Amino acid sequence: MSRNGWLALTYHALFVTFMVAPIAVVIVVAFTPEGYLSFPTERLSLRWFYAIAEYPEFITAFWRSVWLGAVSSAIAVGFSVPAALAIARYQFAGREALTALLMSPLMIPHVVLGIAFLRFFTQIGIGGTFVGLVLAHIVIVLPFALRLTLASAIGFDRSIEQAAVSLGATETTLVRRITLPLILPGLASGWALAFINSFDEVTMTVFVAAPGTETLPVRMFLYIQDNIDPLVTSVSACVVAFTVVALVALDWIYGLERLLVGRGKEER
Amino acid sequence: MSAAVPSRAGPDEGRASLAPYLLSLPAFLLFVGIVFIPIVMTVLLSFHDWGQYKGIEPVFILKNWREVWSDGYFHEMFARTFRIAVAVTLLSAALGAPEAYILNRMRSPWRGIFLLVILGPLLISVVARTLGWALLFGGNSGVVNKALMSLGVISGPIPFMFTETGVIVALTHVLMPYMVLSVWAALQRLDPQVENAAASLGASQLTILRRIVLPQVTPGVLSGAIIVFALAASAFATPAIIGGRRLKVASTLAYDEFLNTLNWPLGAAVATLLLIALIVIIVGSNRLVERRYGEKLR
Repeated sequence: MSRNGWLALTYHALFVTFMVAPIAVVIVVAFTPEGYLSFPTERLSLRWFYAIAEYPEFITAFWRSVWLGAVSSAIAVGFSVPAALAIARYQFAGREALTALLMSPLMIPHVVLGIAFLRFFTQIGIGGTFVGLVLAHIVIVLPFALRLTLASAIGFDRSIEQAAVSLGATETTLVRRITLPLILPGLASGWALAFINSFDEVTMTVFVAAPGTETLPVRMFLYIQDNIDPLVTSVSACVVAFTVVALVALDWIYGLERLLVGRGKEER
Repeated sequence: MSAAVPSRAGPDEGRASLAPYLLSLPAFLLFVGIVFIPIVMTVLLSFHDWGQYKGIEPVFILKNWREVWSDGYFHEMFARTFRIAVAVTLLSAALGAPEAYILNRMRSPWRGIFLLVILGPLLISVVARTLGWALLFGGNSGVVNKALMSLGVISGPIPFMFTETGVIVALTHVLMPYMVLSVWAALQRLDPQVENAAASLGASQLTILRRIVLPQVTPGVLSGAIIVFALAASAFATPAIIGGRRLKVASTLAYDEFLNTLNWPLGAAVATLLLIALIVIIVGSNRLVERRYGEKLR
């Protein structure tokens, strides 16, 4: 494979700067000792990180986001396992349509989903509740859970199951001892990808959440709408750090490329 | 992004014809119950009447649609949404495709590291990333203006905050990973031996790029463009923060109608129109690409 020339590498450096700059600037500004936004800062201070503790709304919103992500991703995985097995193993009328339906939250604008959920939840009396948030998040993260469970269900050696059956395993034993353990890595990474997407979702959630049920991104968004100060940058810096740790862990365990492109470290 | 899943229909295909339906029933019911029905309700909502004091009246009228259709304010807003989406799509294709190619030619540790650096932002909160741009733009004396002026690219500061330019730059950054990802996926299917063969037959680097690489990654660029366009046209947080309260796009206008003005039927009409326009554009361009390249896009 030929190497990149200096022109290509210069372009690459500029491109990476473009991608990293806005994230880096948030982190740098978060360490300002001043009472206003200052960049570049001369001294570093943790002042604004301590300040987060005085604003419980960000902390409760953070824990709400964590719970919401964990619960809705787990339920989404629960729904996607049987569906993935059906899609991967059977040829049936409506199989393509079913896949398209379950993947549709990726194509429907989140603002439209947010409006639809707001109207629907208000109508059935769960508007602005945590239950409503969970239902809405199950739907928007299900495609991510489904994609990874599907990948592991397709790349599955069926002869192992046939061997188990020929050795007298019952249907229950088969599922419990063979099928589930083999697709477990796919489920775990599907859950993780679903969690990250739930944790970051703002467009749809801003419609569904009420003042008492705001998630962290929604709280941050509404705060920024009023004013931008160092406090919201330190909160953002924490969110970035949290996501980067999750991302690196996920890359290490599963491979980011396989997660996003659909092919893995092993195949490379 | 409808997945064309390779079927691995096993021996139980004929045996249990009911099984796949039973297995997929829970997910199917969930989606009918809380996706399909709410969207139909939203479309119906757009035909309802609304008044400052009487609230929503469940009648069937075309008032909201007539307003969206005839009011110049809505024309301007939809035109702006479309303009921003097109600019973001073109920019991300022009900048992202070369980067994916460069990335693909890198050696082992760097390739993985930079792939993580470029795709990673996809999973970082869009609010945090947009906040970064708001900090970088920050008025006329912002960092971006200082950098551009010291490089001699511009002579005076350009306003970025509360302008379309600013929204376009920030959105291009937010959606860029999708383009790189899509082109990267296309590049993975490309056989490097073909490039080597062309080089050994005396083709110049430029010829190889133009005659070998470009035709093969074009489907990847196009599928990336469709994704970026759809997401740019319906983006919310970035135009809301960078564009401010006055520079409205379809999604921020719908948000305003729903949560500030409380004219839900009008907001529903804007959202329905956005949904229909996007479906027509996405399905149409998918068809076009499919016919031209004879393959289904992810």
